[in-house]
Amino acid sequence: MTFSGFKVVKEALTGHKGWRPLWRDPDPKPAYDIVIVGGGGHGLATAFYLAHTFGELKVAVLEKGWLGSGNIGRNTTIIRSNYLLPGNEPFYEFSMKLWENLEQETNFNSMVSQRGIINLIHTDGQRDAYRRRGNAMLLAGADARLLGRDELRQMVPFLNYDNPRFPIKGGLMQSRAGTARHDGVVWGYARGADQRGVDIIQNCEVTGFRIEGGAVQGVETSRGYIGAKKVGVAVAGNSSRVMSMAGMRLPIESHVLQAFVSEGLKPTIPGVITFGAGHFYVSQSDKGGLVFGGDIDGYNSYAQRGNLPVVEDVIEGGMALMPMIGRARLLRAWGGVMDMSMDGSPIIDRTDIDGLYFNGGWCYGGFKATPASGYAFAHLLATDRPHETATAYRFDRFARGHVIDEKGVGAQPNLH
Amino acid sequence: MLIPHPLLGLRDAQEFTYLGDASLMQRPDPTRDDAEEAFADYVFLRDNPAGVHRELWFHEAGDRSWLVVTRDTTTHEILGAELASDVKPGGAQ
Ligand SMILES: Cc1cc2nc3c(=O)[nH]c(=O)nc-3n(C[C@H](O)[C@H](O)[C@H](O)COP(=O)(O)OP(=O)(O)OC[C@H]3O[C@@H](n4cnc5c(N)ncnc54)[C@H](O)[C@@H]3O)c2cc1C
Repeated sequence: MTFSGFKVVKEALTGHKGWRPLWRDPDPKPAYDIVIVGGGGHGLATAFYLAHTFGELKVAVLEKGWLGSGNIGRNTTIIRSNYLLPGNEPFYEFSMKLWENLEQETNFNSMVSQRGIINLIHTDGQRDAYRRRGNAMLLAGADARLLGRDELRQMVPFLNYDNPRFPIKGGLMQSRAGTARHDGVVWGYARGADQRGVDIIQNCEVTGFRIEGGAVQGVETSRGYIGAKKVGVAVAGNSSRVMSMAGMRLPIESHVLQAFVSEGLKPTIPGVITFGAGHFYVSQSDKGGLVFGGDIDGYNSYAQRGNLPVVEDVIEGGMALMPMIGRARLLRAWGGVMDMSMDGSPIIDRTDIDGLYFNGGWCYGGFKATPASGYAFAHLLATDRPHETATAYRFDRFARGHVIDEKGVGAQPNLH
Repeated sequence: MLIPHPLLGLRDAQEFTYLGDASLMQRPDPTRDDAEEAFADYVFLRDNPAGVHRELWFHEAGDRSWLVVTRDTTTHEILGAELASDVKPGGAQ
């Protein structure tokens, strides 16, 4: 089944009876060439590119719940490539480029919306830092523009420009940034992978690895043993738990991040606005809800729910930045578990165990990385070489002192 | 979250700053031959369990003591708190 305008009109006129499930529901085969653990965005994107770009035929994705039940279904959907460091910026820009072509490539409407992001500037020092960041972005082929206070005021007049503590002095704009529909990304990649022969197996939890002579043979699952020549793990907030089954300790702590959605409102906020000084960011979904969030709760957690002090902190930030938000009713709030790495940057690497590969440590920023993460992980799994934009994402960077620490706060995950 | 401070009773967790795994009190011996590797592991690698976790909380906005708090990371239930100086007299080495 291919989606097209013609198909949509035809179904509308014939009672929508022709739509079919987007992917099969196969039983696991005894063995595959490549098994991906984790049917989140990254796992599904990996499977998609393995089949689509690298021509791998015998691939399975194992997901313990239903597709999209993890972080990809819980995030605030911001996509951008406004990073600073050379280890990161080209990778996220590669991701941006894949986003721009995603819907054509998967023939699925993932609602990629390049409505722009503005990082607000409050001090002269911050302006210098953002100018430098903007230049780093331009050097990596991304787009960036420094906005003065007046220009900004015309674009987003509703901000509190004269907040005594954090007066707004301008912003760094990336016009190509924006949002994408999180579920649409899951479904698009799942359907695209399935169409190219990938077995997507839901309700199949990996409970152990079979490792013989230092090489992985396959995985134990709640649906029996599945053999595999190579196993790629992409389980987001559960990275430490899953890799400990292979005897590994990771440079990762699991922390909870909360997000909030207001009732639906008329179009109010044109793009994404971030208020770094007050730890608040906001966008508006296509349904009209204001989607916003702030900092992580700050201590290890697997609870998938946060605590009230952070709710208060986020709302305070919102009120300081755009007082009108106080008139909107909050519909819901939730938390997701993220694998916070020791430098705030991800890991895509093979492990010391032959045939076992790892993708994780995405912190609170992995949604935007979904396409590039999948592409780079597929590249690594298929060719045993890192993709050119992901050469810095190695395990040994910590011991070698080559950390990629965007915030410069050191090995303290709750500060990244 | 309320943390049962052994001297001060129940205190709001907001009064504390969080450092992480309490095993950080066991600093490797810098004179060992493998000290470089041991310190890399010490600084960067974590057990990160889902369940009971012993962790360090600093009573920054209070009496400035360090506590070892035992907490369930799947429920946020706090199972106990001790003064770090009782857990390890003499402090971290
Ligand atoms: C509140 C919140 C807001 C965020 N906002 C943004 C944002 O605006 N922009 C951005 O770029 N990023 C954001 N993020 C981060 C982003 O969501 C994640 O980094 C990213 O989604 C993680 O990758 P994933 O999608 O593959 O993970 P997941 O969707 O979590 O996929 C992992 C999957 O592995 C499965 N799994 C786990 N263990 C096993 C097992 N043993 N066997 C089989 N399957 C298993 C899980 O069920 C899950 O489905 C946010 C995160 C949160 C929580």
